[in-house]
Amino acid sequence: MAHSPTPGDGLSLLEAVERKTPIPSRLEMCIQCGSCGGSCPSAADMEHTPRAIFALLRAGMDESVLHSNTPWICVSCYQCMVRCPQEIPITDIMYAIKNIAIQRGAAHKEEAAFSATFAEMVESYGRSFELGLATRYYLKHHPLRLPGMAPLGMGMLARRRMDLKPTRIKDVDGLRDILQAAREMEAAQ
Amino acid sequence: MSAYLLYPGCSWDSSARAYALSTGAVCRELGLELRQLEDWNCCGATEYLSVDTVPAYALISRNLALAARQQNGAKTLTAPCSLCYLNLSKADYYLEENPSLNEKVNRALEAGGMHYQPGTLEIRHLLDILLNDVGLDTIRRHVTRPLNGLRVAPYLGCLLSRPDYRQRFSHPDQPHELDLLLKALGADVVDYPLKTQCCGGHMTQIGPNTAYELLRRLLHGAEQYKAHLIATVCPMCQLNLDAYQHDVNRHFGTRFATPVLYFTQLMGLAFGLEPKALGIGLELVGAREALAHIGVETPPPAQAPQRGRRRKKKSEGLPMPSMPEDDQS
Ligand code: SF4
Ligand code: SF4
Repeated sequence: MAHSPTPGDGLSLLEAVERKTPIPSRLEMCIQCGSCGGSCPSAADMEHTPRAIFALLRAGMDESVLHSNTPWICVSCYQCMVRCPQEIPITDIMYAIKNIAIQRGAAHKEEAAFSATFAEMVESYGRSFELGLATRYYLKHHPLRLPGMAPLGMGMLARRRMDLKPTRIKDVDGLRDILQAAREMEAAQ
Repeated sequence: MSAYLLYPGCSWDSSARAYALSTGAVCRELGLELRQLEDWNCCGATEYLSVDTVPAYALISRNLALAARQQNGAKTLTAPCSLCYLNLSKADYYLEENPSLNEKVNRALEAGGMHYQPGTLEIRHLLDILLNDVGLDTIRRHVTRPLNGLRVAPYLGCLLSRPDYRQRFSHPDQPHELDLLLKALGADVVDYPLKTQCCGGHMTQIGPNTAYELLRRLLHGAEQYKAHLIATVCPMCQLNLDAYQHDVNRHFGTRFATPVLYFTQLMGLAFGLEPKALGIGLELVGAREALAHIGVETPPPAQAPQRGRRRKKKSEGLPMPSMPEDDQS
């Protein structure tokens, strides 16, 4: 079951999404009612509403889905998921599409970079580290936005609401072993 | 009362320090013991799930495995952050629903000498514990300074009541739990229709324009209902509404100045505790004026090392409002 597709394994995107979604995706049950897009707070900024994404997926228009900004604009609010009359786990499908877009090199670069930087932090320390994340991400991708962030950062620092140093968990080696094993499992089959 | 295991989350000792301080103070008053989980790791927020599936669930589940090991009689793992709460519940639920995922995650955990049997723990948010285990009667008994006259917008954000895998909350969009608790403190609770609308999550950093619009709606709604402040149950919501309020104002030319406090801070105030011990003053949009409505004197705001100018909340003038914490008072 649920095995993970790798870049060249020839799965259609629909199949790949079905396998990546942690519970049955039920995409074949979508009745195109549009309740998802209608309840989505960030739909206005999306290239395709969730409904349209599912129509494209079923029509085999994989490239349009993989390059759409939709899953990256999704704020994971689960509004669509509790409203969908067909109980389609929409938010989890958005995550699945992001995973596959990253694997197939089609991801929206900036957003994927933020996620990747976050993941790197977690793997180095076992904890997230706001200041390190923000500076590393902005330096690399939005150096011009950094000065604008300074007042916020200073306000946070003045209130000791931002750490200057990351915290590292004790068993960070054990955590890395777990994540490495998990990655192998993801790539296997 | 029995001990609960606490999964504090990465913001607990930094951006959510006010939440940690006030929770500690309130729990001491109530005799509620929260035992911090040892060597916990980040839950991955929404980012790790975006990158990869099995590793994301393994990352979350390492905490569940640790909690099961450190249980020592405690069945409940409580998370004060909505995102941590959701991720821990999500992993527990999906591991139970999907045997294949469970097997993979457990094989990964094995590489670190760990194991988790889904369903072993009850994963619950702090609000749920305070409301349902401690209970409103006990909370009412501890109130010595009722919050009468303080208009509070109860804001839960997305992830407590949605998707609510274990059906712990009363309604996905309009749950009443936070209202009940705040009313027990004597507050004038506003019927805030946006109480579970999204704060933007990490979009404040990745796609600010999308996030600012969501924040604008929330702040506008609170203002429409004449709320003196917004009460939150989540560090992410607090951070976005509080720390980015200045940017929202700059972006839209608005003048929002609505403080955003944790519900535990309001509990502490109602219990008559010292504002400073509750982390009052750590908010970027100062709560001084709002808390004056209940006669609470708050410590002077921490000085931000930037230009300071005294400016009244509603004063006319430059279109770019300075935030209350710029005051040097
Ligand atoms: S709400 Fe559900 S059934 Fe309706 S269009 Fe969206 S995914 Fe399809
Ligand atoms: S979870 Fe994502 S797609 Fe669904 S309503 Fe929220 S933002 Fe839109």
